[in-house]
Amino acid sequence: MIELDAEAIYRSLLARLREEVVGRDVRLVGVHTGGVLIAERLRADLHVGPPVGILDISFYRDDFSRTGLKPSVKPSAIAFDVQGADIVLVDDVLNTGRTVRAAMNELFDYGRPARIDLAVLIDRGGRELPIAPTVVGRTIEVPPEISVVLTRDDDGRFHLTLESRRDA
Amino acid sequence: MPEFGRNPQLNRNGELHHLLSLDGLPRAIVERILATADGFINVAEREVKNVPLLRGRSVFNLFFENSTRTRTTFEIAARRLSADVFNLDIQRSSTAKGESLLDTINNLTAMQADMFVVRHAAAGAPHLIARHVAPHVHVINAGDGRHAHPTQGLLDAYTIRHYKRDFSQLTVAVVGDILHSRVARSDIHVLTTLGVPEVRAVGPLTLLPDGLESMGVRVFTRLEEGIRGADVIIMLRLQNERMRGALLPSAQEYFRNYGLTPERLRLAKPDAIVMHPGPMNRGVEIDSRVADGTQSVILPQVTFGIAVRMAVLSIAASSQRMQ
Repeated sequence: MIELDAEAIYRSLLARLREEVVGRDVRLVGVHTGGVLIAERLRADLHVGPPVGILDISFYRDDFSRTGLKPSVKPSAIAFDVQGADIVLVDDVLNTGRTVRAAMNELFDYGRPARIDLAVLIDRGGRELPIAPTVVGRTIEVPPEISVVLTRDDDGRFHLTLESRRDA
Repeated sequence: MPEFGRNPQLNRNGELHHLLSLDGLPRAIVERILATADGFINVAEREVKNVPLLRGRSVFNLFFENSTRTRTTFEIAARRLSADVFNLDIQRSSTAKGESLLDTINNLTAMQADMFVVRHAAAGAPHLIARHVAPHVHVINAGDGRHAHPTQGLLDAYTIRHYKRDFSQLTVAVVGDILHSRVARSDIHVLTTLGVPEVRAVGPLTLLPDGLESMGVRVFTRLEEGIRGADVIIMLRLQNERMRGALLPSAQEYFRNYGLTPERLRLAKPDAIVMHPGPMNRGVEIDSRVADGTQSVILPQVTFGIAVRMAVLSIAASSQRMQ
């Protein structure tokens, strides 16, 4: 089994992203729910001004006709102007790339960003779309039936666990 | 074909497949609709107001009875979900030529309809249609006779939840022609489902149906008593044809006894909200100073109605795979 030290992986993501955004006036957008947790912490550590934008991509999923609407949909909320913004899209785990595609489609319905980068804590491979992250905390290989789950404890520390997918 | 005893709105998994009535609709489904509507509220504030959820689906608005407002809000809701929307002016077309309701439905299904939004003067018409459509087709009741107007009930619940947050301490007064009102019936069902401890029905004796107490409603024939201490006042539209019948003497007298004026509104809680499903009869059931006053949430109701209908359409469409 792979040992995943979430805090160490977060620190390497932070270091790489800090280098990437030097001299830029970026806005952070997190994908619900894990991406939002990471984006909130990146915002504090990188001293980004505006609040983190939140995307729930439920209305943009490409498997709606197969699986329907998720039982719990959270409102998306982006308080800054997306038009012309320099955006870092943040998610916890990058896999097929379908979530990122949906998130970018949704972002464009708020306006036309000048640039979008993608920062993910874990890249687990398995891409089904031509999507590549700009910065990654750590790249791992896990079998398809295992999902990588991010949680945050009461002290704000991240934890990553491997769980078998119930319906896989 | 439906199984006996099964709620005809739900599929075998207990998911919403048609929306026909709020009577017996599980609380979890009501709450899911309200929570999903939250997500659609923000969508309306973006540059692009559409989401791609129902892309490629065909939604047919079948209004056998006129209602420009309800039809328009359903049309906006379906378009914001990227569905293809078709409005059929049924009154002037096939039924006028003698085609039966089910023949009309069969023809439209042959045109690849995925969803019917039905308004009909006869109570039960949407149920009848729901029993006969192909398994992949969804039916949404947009008002049937005196029976039900479920999306209005849901948007009223959404509005109350928006302003009052919690249902468990509320007193809600529904005022007016309860007897003929499908809005009143749907409101009473959804509010009791959501745990509102005191739902009141207020109106003249001739416009109060029997059996309200068995629905868990307190009945009042005097407006002043009915709205005293209320958190929410829902005013119903008084239809003009009631005046011509024997049920009411005149609009002036109705206003004198049951019109909501600023003076009477002071009997309710200071932060009470005033709702109305529209279209309003100013000077009959509601004074303009109340309708346009600070406690009125009548226009927000319209805005919320679109988000709630988007939630209903998308949740019903979600159940497709089960059938």
